Amino acid sequence: MFRNKECVAMLLAGGQGSRLYALTETNAKPAVPFGGKYRIIDFTLSNCVNSGIDTVGVLTQYQPLMLNEYIGNGLPWDLDRAWGGVKILPPYQGKNGADWYKGTANAIYQNLQFIDRYDPEYVLILSGDHIYKMDYDKMLDHHKKTGADCTIAVIDVPIEEASRFGILSVDDEGKIFKFTEKPKNPDSTKASMGIYIFTKKKLAEYLCADAEDPSSSNDFGKNIIPNMLAAGEKMFAYPFSGYWKDVGTISSLWEANMDLLGENPVLNLDDEEWRIYSRHEAHAPQFVGESAVIENCSITEGCEIFGTVRNSVIGAGVKIMQGASVIDSVILEDVVIESGAEINYSIIDGGSSVGKDCKIGECRETAKDICVIGANIKVPDGTVVGAGAMISKASDLNKEGK
Amino acid sequence: MAVAGLIFSNIHDSSIPEMTTVRTMASVPFGCRYRLIDFPLSNMVNSGITKIGIVAHNNYQSLMDHIGTGKDWDLARRSGGIKILPPFITAYESTGGAKLYTTRLEALMGVTHFISRCNEEYLVISDCDGICNIDLSEVIDSHIERNADLTIVTRRLSPSEADIKDITAIASDESGVVTDASAYAKGITGSEVSTNIMVVNRMFLLGALRDAAAHGYRHFFKDLVSRRIGRARIFSYLYEKTFIHISSLESYFSSSMKLLDPTVRAELFNVDNMPIYTKLRNSAPTRYSAGSKVINSYVADGCVIEGTVENCVLFRGVRIGKGTVVRNCVLLQDTFTGNNVSLNCVITDKNAVICDGRMLSGHSSMPFFIPKGAMV
Repeated sequence: MFRNKECVAMLLAGGQGSRLYALTETNAKPAVPFGGKYRIIDFTLSNCVNSGIDTVGVLTQYQPLMLNEYIGNGLPWDLDRAWGGVKILPPYQGKNGADWYKGTANAIYQNLQFIDRYDPEYVLILSGDHIYKMDYDKMLDHHKKTGADCTIAVIDVPIEEASRFGILSVDDEGKIFKFTEKPKNPDSTKASMGIYIFTKKKLAEYLCADAEDPSSSNDFGKNIIPNMLAAGEKMFAYPFSGYWKDVGTISSLWEANMDLLGENPVLNLDDEEWRIYSRHEAHAPQFVGESAVIENCSITEGCEIFGTVRNSVIGAGVKIMQGASVIDSVILEDVVIESGAEINYSIIDGGSSVGKDCKIGECRETAKDICVIGANIKVPDGTVVGAGAMISKASDLNKEGK
Repeated sequence: MAVAGLIFSNIHDSSIPEMTTVRTMASVPFGCRYRLIDFPLSNMVNSGITKIGIVAHNNYQSLMDHIGTGKDWDLARRSGGIKILPPFITAYESTGGAKLYTTRLEALMGVTHFISRCNEEYLVISDCDGICNIDLSEVIDSHIERNADLTIVTRRLSPSEADIKDITAIASDESGVVTDASAYAKGITGSEVSTNIMVVNRMFLLGALRDAAAHGYRHFFKDLVSRRIGRARIFSYLYEKTFIHISSLESYFSSSMKLLDPTVRAELFNVDNMPIYTKLRNSAPTRYSAGSKVINSYVADGCVIEGTVENCVLFRGVRIGKGTVVRNCVLLQDTFTGNNVSLNCVITDKNAVICDGRMLSGHSSMPFFIPKGAMV
């Protein structure tokens, strides 16, 4: 016999993240590395644990191998629990047939049984593709205090960007009276962060009704939220201020990495109060050689730096040889950069190697786009890869390279 | 083959008193992110040993904090795993002056219950003052192949260690049979010495411990081993890769500096399939500011470097302020240096604070030591 859980988190991690191109070729977006030693999903998982939520269902669908392996038994986040903890929830075959997760709402609908096992009063819905630090417990308090059926976390965005988001209009007390998904002419700057707390009973009710509706696209933003609003349910906005970034595109992922740099980084991970946990390999410390030049960088365990590195984020186990230079770039784990290679304004995915005297990307001031080299690609000596190139397999180099 | 491990956490505490007044030898920090016990523990785990007893003596709070449940070494097990073996003193004996063990043999006798309750055929025994990445399964294989009762892993002293004290010289014939074990003395004994890593048949050890108790023997090498040379099958196993022995504060300093040598790093940390594990701290990556200048240094995660660092070993969470120049230093966890500080040949213990503008210098033969939490 175990105690019930007050709040269970459901983390949507099945998205393909197609706008990350080569980086999500064989990897789900939440498992994409970030900031040298993290993966995107570390932020939501750490937020859960730091907020006192110890039961997290992770809904996977697209390329789950790396994600499954990464989450494992949840040990790095203290989510290896006797009761609850982190559980991977892939689509499954039921009595009446098998189905992929058709939409975000359908994914939760198919796992209502999982939620019921813990008999929670509240369900927290999260997505695994944002970088932010947030105390969900405060949001839950807000939800309880207002007696809402649904609470949506919102953040103020610049009006010119508002049409990219789900936009909410609220009254003086924070009660939501209008919700528009990606409006052409937004009338508010309160954007939904895709973080919802539902009172479980209401959620189950609306998910079941939605599942019966063949015309529905089974999506929270398109169906569940508008339906609840139309029916006059009590829905409140929870205002969040602080760092929050959707890293769904190459440029936003690059920017978020750069936010770790500078004298007072916009995104501070060196925070004793709100630690971000990640799965570690037993790497040795980082070694900085006699010939190294390092300016404004974030460098982590297992690296060996002998070359020049400026304004860059370097992942675990990276080797940068003497005479190589890496500028304005994000290098993921275990990449080797040989001598004489010049990397500018690029993202290089894990396990790849860049041969001698290669030129990857162009100077940030003149380049129009970021150059991306996918995982485990061996770039031969002397290869030139231009700005904005997306190399997802070695044969792409022949087309791009000169 | 079933093997259990036994690690002495306190033996040699007295060789580096500056650092062991607040901790055991086992929990002395070394190499940016490790503690000395990480090396014997990882060596055992990497050779498939999953039941390990750690013999504690005193001051072992830091050790227990470091080990926790053992999960960072994958040793949080229902069956086996890590067992800390605290000293055993009964209330009744205290009036008669119950004593904590003072020798290796007494320590072993104190954990007879652990040894007798193991069901493994062999035990690997190790101290914490030797740093190496040794494949113990090779030593165990050789032990079994030679049908040995006791195998002592030995090494050759380097010329710089000629004056070393409190170490056992081992002489053996060409087939590896140990012919003598004596206190090392420069010029008198050979330079092959015990690493104090040993493989022993468990039943042989239990018998020898009973015999030692019956005769009132006190010393492992002087009594237990010496008296069995020629009677039992005692072999030496020469280990020739990097082995760093910490015997004083000066040797702690020079040993730390050895980590800047690529061969030493490769043989300690970059051995295939033999990682060294340690307690995780989940520090953020290290941030190098635009004005920083770092060369020839070994750096842990969680540091913020805004000044100049040359030939240094920096532990997790170290802060190097603007205009600060740190050369030939070993700065332990969470050392804070303000702005325009100058340090040379300094060892700072955990949480030391060096205020703005301070200048401190030791010498490589006598490094300047700043104790835990001190403010300069």
